[in-house]
Amino acid sequence: MMVLVNLALTFGMLSVLAVGGGMAVLPEMQTVLLQQFNVSHEAFVHIYSIGQLAPGPNMMMVLVFGMQIAGALGAGVVLIAFFLPSSVLCLVVGRLWSRIGERPWRRAVQNALEPISIGLMASGVYAVAKAAAVGPISITLAIVSFLVLLLTRFNPVFMILGAGAFGAVLIQQTGLH
Amino acid sequence: MSSTPHAAPEMPDAQDAKAGQGLPPTLASLFFEFLIIGAVSFGGGIIAYERILLIEKRKWLSADEFMATLAISQTMPGLNSVNLAILTGDRLRGLWGALAAGFGLILPGALFVLIAGMLYAQGADHPLANVLLAGVAAAATGLLAAITYKIGSAHFKHLKSLVIIGATFVLMSIAKLSLIWVLLIMAPIALYLYRPQK
Repeated sequence: MMVLVNLALTFGMLSVLAVGGGMAVLPEMQTVLLQQFNVSHEAFVHIYSIGQLAPGPNMMMVLVFGMQIAGALGAGVVLIAFFLPSSVLCLVVGRLWSRIGERPWRRAVQNALEPISIGLMASGVYAVAKAAAVGPISITLAIVSFLVLLLTRFNPVFMILGAGAFGAVLIQQTGLH
Repeated sequence: MSSTPHAAPEMPDAQDAKAGQGLPPTLASLFFEFLIIGAVSFGGGIIAYERILLIEKRKWLSADEFMATLAISQTMPGLNSVNLAILTGDRLRGLWGALAAGFGLILPGALFVLIAGMLYAQGADHPLANVLLAGVAAAATGLLAAITYKIGSAHFKHLKSLVIIGATFVLMSIAKLSLIWVLLIMAPIALYLYRPQK
C-alpha cells in the first residue's frame, strides 16, 4: 500500500514539473527511481530505450517502472499519477486562456521555460549516456546514431533496432562493450 | 514514416469545410482518430500527425486555432502531444472529449510498453538480451541527444538562452540538486530575462 502511495506521489510530482515536455524530467526520474524504488541506472536506461520503440507519446515507459515496482496496480497508479495532474492543469488553464486570449506574458513564459527544458534534456542525455555508453562499441553506436538521426530523416525505430542487432554481433565477436 | 506528408489538395466540392463550422465530432470519432495516431506514430513526430489530423484531415481546427492550442500545450507542464489532444478534445466535446482524445492517444503505446516490459522482466538476465540491449540503449542515447540538439539549435545562437541552458545543466547534473530546486532557482531568473518588453 505504501509503495503505491509513494509511486503516486513521485510520478504526480514529475507530472507537474515536466516543463516543456516529458523528457525534461528524465534525469530526476532516474535519480528518484534508484533512491526510492531501487531501480538500477542500467534497468532505467534499458526500459527507457525499449520505450522509444513504442508508438505514441514518448514517455509511456513510465508504466513499465510502475509494473516492475508494484505489478499491474503499480502500472495503473503511475498512469493516473503521471498523466492526470498535468492534464487537469492544462485543461483548466486552457479554458481560462480561451476566455482571456493571447497575452504577451504567455509568450514570455514559454520563451523562459524553453531553454530550461533544453538544459534539463541535456542533463537527461548526460544521465542516460553515463549508463548506456560504457565502452568503445556502445560509445561508437551512440555517436553514429546521433549523427544519423540528426542529419537524415531515418526513422529512429529502425536505428534503435539496427544498433541492437549490430551491437550484439560486435559485442559477441570482440568481447568488448 | 516520420516525414510530414503534404497537405491534401482542397476538395472542390467540399461544402462548408471551414474549420469549426461543421458539426462537432462524436466522442467515438475523437477517440478513434487519436487512437490511430497513437498506434502509427512510430519514431516520434507525433505533433505533425496531430496537425494533419486537426487541420487537414478532419478540419476540426483552423491553422490559427491549432497554433494557439499548441502554444498552450507547450507552455503547460506535461507531454505536449497529450496536452494538445486534451485541449482539442475539450474544445470540441468538453470534458468527455478531452478524455476520449487523451486516452485514445496513449492507449496503443501503453499496451506496447506493458507487453515489452513483461518480455524485459522475463528475459533481462538472458545473456543475449543483455548484448542486444547494449546497442539499443546506445542508439536511444544518440536519439535523445539528436532530439535535444534539434530543439536546442534555435537557442544556441543566443547568449541569454545559452546561459540558462548551461546553468540548468550544471544545477541538475553537476550540483545534483533535485528538479524542484532547479526550477525554483531557474524559472524566476529566466522569466525575468524573457519578461515582455514594453
